[in-house]
Amino acid sequence: MLLKEGQVRIPSGCAVSAVISREGELMSGEKIVASMVPMHERSNGLGGGFAGYGIYPDMADFYAFHMFFTDKESKKACEYFLKEGFEIVKAEPIPVRKIPSITDEPLIFRYFLSPLRSRIADAQVDEREFVARAAMYINVRISGAYVVSGGKNMGVFKAVGFPEDVGEFYRLDEYGAYCWTAHGRYPTNTPGWWGGAHPFSLLDYTVVHNGEISSYDANRRYIEAYGYKCTLQTDTEVFTYIADYLLRRKRLTLEETASVIAAPFWTTIESRPLEERERLTYLRNIFSGLLVTGPFSIILGFDGGLMALNDRLKLRSMVVAEKDDKVFIASEEAAIRVLEPDAVNVRAPEGGEPVIVRVKEGKY
Amino acid sequence: MQTDYIYPRYEVERRESRCTNCGLCVRECSYGVHYRASDGKTLLNDDAKCVNCQRCVATCPTHAIKIVKSNCDFRENYNWSGDAIKEIMKQAGSGGVLLSSMGNPQPFPVYWDKLLLNASQVTNPPIDPLREPMETRVFLGKKPSEISRDEHGRLICDLPPRLTLELPILFSAMSYGSISYNAHAALAAAATKLGTCYNTGEGGLHENFYGYGANTIVQVASGRFGVHKDYLEAGAAIEIKMGQGAKPGIGGHLPGSKIVGDVSRTRMIPEGSDAISPAPHHDIYSIEDLRQLVFSLKEATEYKKPVIVKIAAVHNIAAIASGIARSGADVIAIDGFRGGTGAAPTRIRDNVGIPVELALAAVDTRLRDEGIRNDVSLVVGGSIRNSTDVVKAIALGADACYIATAALIALGCHMCRNCQSGKCNWGIATQNPDLVRRLDPEEGARRLVNLLTAWKHEIMEIMGGMGINSIEALRGNRLMLRGIGLTEKELSVLGVAHAGE
Amino acid sequence: MIILNARATDNAALNERVRAAKEDCEIVGCIGERFIGAGLSDKTINIKGIPGNALGAYLNGAKIFVDGNAQDAVGDTMNEGEIIVRGNAGDAPGYAMRGGKIYIKGNAGYRAGIHMKEYRGKSPVIIIGGRCGSFLGEYQAGGLIVVLGLNKDGKRIVGNFPCAGMHGGKVLLRGNADGVVFPDKVTARAATSDDVDYAKPHIQEFCRIFGLDEREVLSSPFTLVTPDSANPYKRMYVEN
Repeated sequence: MLLKEGQVRIPSGCAVSAVISREGELMSGEKIVASMVPMHERSNGLGGGFAGYGIYPDMADFYAFHMFFTDKESKKACEYFLKEGFEIVKAEPIPVRKIPSITDEPLIFRYFLSPLRSRIADAQVDEREFVARAAMYINVRISGAYVVSGGKNMGVFKAVGFPEDVGEFYRLDEYGAYCWTAHGRYPTNTPGWWGGAHPFSLLDYTVVHNGEISSYDANRRYIEAYGYKCTLQTDTEVFTYIADYLLRRKRLTLEETASVIAAPFWTTIESRPLEERERLTYLRNIFSGLLVTGPFSIILGFDGGLMALNDRLKLRSMVVAEKDDKVFIASEEAAIRVLEPDAVNVRAPEGGEPVIVRVKEGKY
Repeated sequence: MQTDYIYPRYEVERRESRCTNCGLCVRECSYGVHYRASDGKTLLNDDAKCVNCQRCVATCPTHAIKIVKSNCDFRENYNWSGDAIKEIMKQAGSGGVLLSSMGNPQPFPVYWDKLLLNASQVTNPPIDPLREPMETRVFLGKKPSEISRDEHGRLICDLPPRLTLELPILFSAMSYGSISYNAHAALAAAATKLGTCYNTGEGGLHENFYGYGANTIVQVASGRFGVHKDYLEAGAAIEIKMGQGAKPGIGGHLPGSKIVGDVSRTRMIPEGSDAISPAPHHDIYSIEDLRQLVFSLKEATEYKKPVIVKIAAVHNIAAIASGIARSGADVIAIDGFRGGTGAAPTRIRDNVGIPVELALAAVDTRLRDEGIRNDVSLVVGGSIRNSTDVVKAIALGADACYIATAALIALGCHMCRNCQSGKCNWGIATQNPDLVRRLDPEEGARRLVNLLTAWKHEIMEIMGGMGINSIEALRGNRLMLRGIGLTEKELSVLGVAHAGE
Repeated sequence: MIILNARATDNAALNERVRAAKEDCEIVGCIGERFIGAGLSDKTINIKGIPGNALGAYLNGAKIFVDGNAQDAVGDTMNEGEIIVRGNAGDAPGYAMRGGKIYIKGNAGYRAGIHMKEYRGKSPVIIIGGRCGSFLGEYQAGGLIVVLGLNKDGKRIVGNFPCAGMHGGKVLLRGNADGVVFPDKVTARAATSDDVDYAKPHIQEFCRIFGLDEREVLSSPFTLVTPDSANPYKRMYVEN
């Protein structure tokens, strides 16, 4: 029997694409789906997915848990668990459009949740940590239940299939987001499990990733020492946990996080001015187990922004362009031209050079 | 009584057709194997004295000499081997505790040889190590994950004291006394050239070597020989020696005959007095006492130097390491049961302790499970024989490796394993000035630099094949390892999958 | 000249139409179609839009003009012919190219001219008008790479680790290569007028094609990089 994601590590190549509006303008999902078409060759139909930010403005105060269940029992078990820690404000199936190319779907639900104050106090943690722990508990402990995403006013939509089909299936044309990220997957060996598709998410962090990292086990074993459990054995999962650890728990800035994950070479560090050199040396020392080697280009989405980053040798391609308040990022310029034929300032960031885009304060 | 006569283990074969009767073999052999007959001309040999150090073989200008293993055996069987019989005879004749040197020679599994390495194919590119940057620099010391910032939000970049090494290999402790001045000189110079460290061992630091301080680890052992304020200040790090892989639980004993001249001065004990290292540190009877010693050393050096605690790999190693990690130590050095020694009781050497591969895997896993892996660095030693042993150790979870036997071989040691005799023909494990002179420190340093430069290239090549371009991405990366011919239990302790999985 | 619309065709179908054409082609509406002109020995192809990866791979004498930007792996293992890009190119243009020329008016990404080589009468040329990323001319074994650094963004002419493993050919950088660190197995020095003369016909052609002021381009000093040895790693190994 083929082992599914989590039981075995499956290498995978891919395509990524993203668009963000600095003014917080909501964009339909139609374009981002179309942008994946010219990169069709980079996927093999075994996984596609999207993350949208700003999609639930009416429910923005609640954590939106997108869920996969294999059956009614796992759904029941999960709901039982959720009710212990949260008020379930709303629960509903995620609307889908039945199409021939997407089959074998699990039960797909979303829950808008408000954590119970008393339970947060009991756990002696802050609210975000409480929610993150709940999501990880479900993924590790409740068999058949899987949290696809769990941030506020955002959500991940993913499936086994080509990304353009996945977009149609989830009716992304009916959502409006100020930021979309997209992924087409090229796994090398998998029976196709919906949870294994990208983006991977924790709280409002989502990661889409192209490449296969060679430092995986060093990174996984490092991050697992701090309470994370890598159940999927995918690079994307480990990236997401690294981002959560460094950004939320260690409160590093995005730039500092990039200097950890894609640390400059020592020769480069030594050529920098003193203050920068000290900072880079410090970060590379303290978080040495989180240096990621091997090819990657990732797009990290979060509330109000995104960060794109290449590995330090730039073994994957990534192109960035702009038009008015919008910034576009993709594995290939062709994808950007679909999003915006007249995009300007087309450029390829250096290896390890983060591209950080934020929506204006108050606009999301 | 003739019952104890043991036929010599080795026989010297001299090919008369080549021998020019120059007599160099007589002068070269400190054991007195070669000698001239009473006629003052004929060359003879006393095979019983031969230890097979190969000095005469290597120096004979006409290559006329070879040493062969004698074939005069006891009537051995699987249970009663020749050694087993011979050892009984020795003890019956002498009443003595059997003494040996170098590491455990028994046929226990060598796990390095049962681990296979990975390489990238298609999904992830191998990296060319010769042309693309390939980083082998490591830092040994604490990596506290709590960060702090100043009032402007800038990171406060105060790193704890640490060792910076240009490659993940250090020379491990060998004291001045157990090895020669020239051997120490070669190690110190090579460590400096390579950007790594050598280790004084417990015999103090010769005044001439203070200049190499930035590449020196000064050791503090139970005998506290040569330990004083200047000595502690001189090194880049301080190592507390709690144990040694070759003889866990056993102290040391350098006979008074070796405590002469500079050795006496460096150890700060009178000439001719035995140098006895007690089995324990008598100020450490429990883990909280270790903390006391760690901090007294830190206090004495104003918290500027990392402190290493070296322990032998014994059964409960994971729990012990966990305790040490919580004692304030910056680095834990684990010495496996194959680690070398100048002299150890044979029974201890051959039966006490565990393989360093298993110890390392257990400690790394345990420290991670407890969330304290980054509170210490891990250095392992105990028969690291080549660059792949180093790569496998790092993939299992080590930060760096200690080598000593390999370094001695580079200096000329031929592994005759008679260090305890003090007659080392290669000028390494001896204090006899005529023998010491045979080891040219500059040539020795050059050979050590050659060895580790070659290993470094090999490590880079292997890392490149894995698609890894910095050593920290290899550390603990056990997916890069697969076991071959190992049991489920062995695999589970090592934390690796079997080949084909 | 026939016009081919790239829209609604897949890579193979588009290339089949190019191959089947009896005359020069203009491809319009390109948006990421890969392998255009792969192995082609005749014809001229004009491209409007964004051609996909591996444009002109194994090109064997054909000419390709791209009106805008090109993506990764332009002219991969090219043997002969010309690829002219009016915009920027992505990573690894001219990988293992053996002959012909690639002229890029704008910038190039990482690993431009990687493992470019020459053989018998063939000697490839790459000219990049702007700047390029790290690992320029890695393992270069032959041919000529010129980087003019006419980019206006203030960024350095080449990234890190240029000419790593170079063991043949020449790299010519316009200007003094300030702040560029070369590996120890190559020599970088101020180019003599002879050095520049060698590249001059190509630079002049480049300027003509893209409408640049040839005199201004050539008025600057240049830096020449050449390898110290064709066998730089011989001493690293020992028989076993």
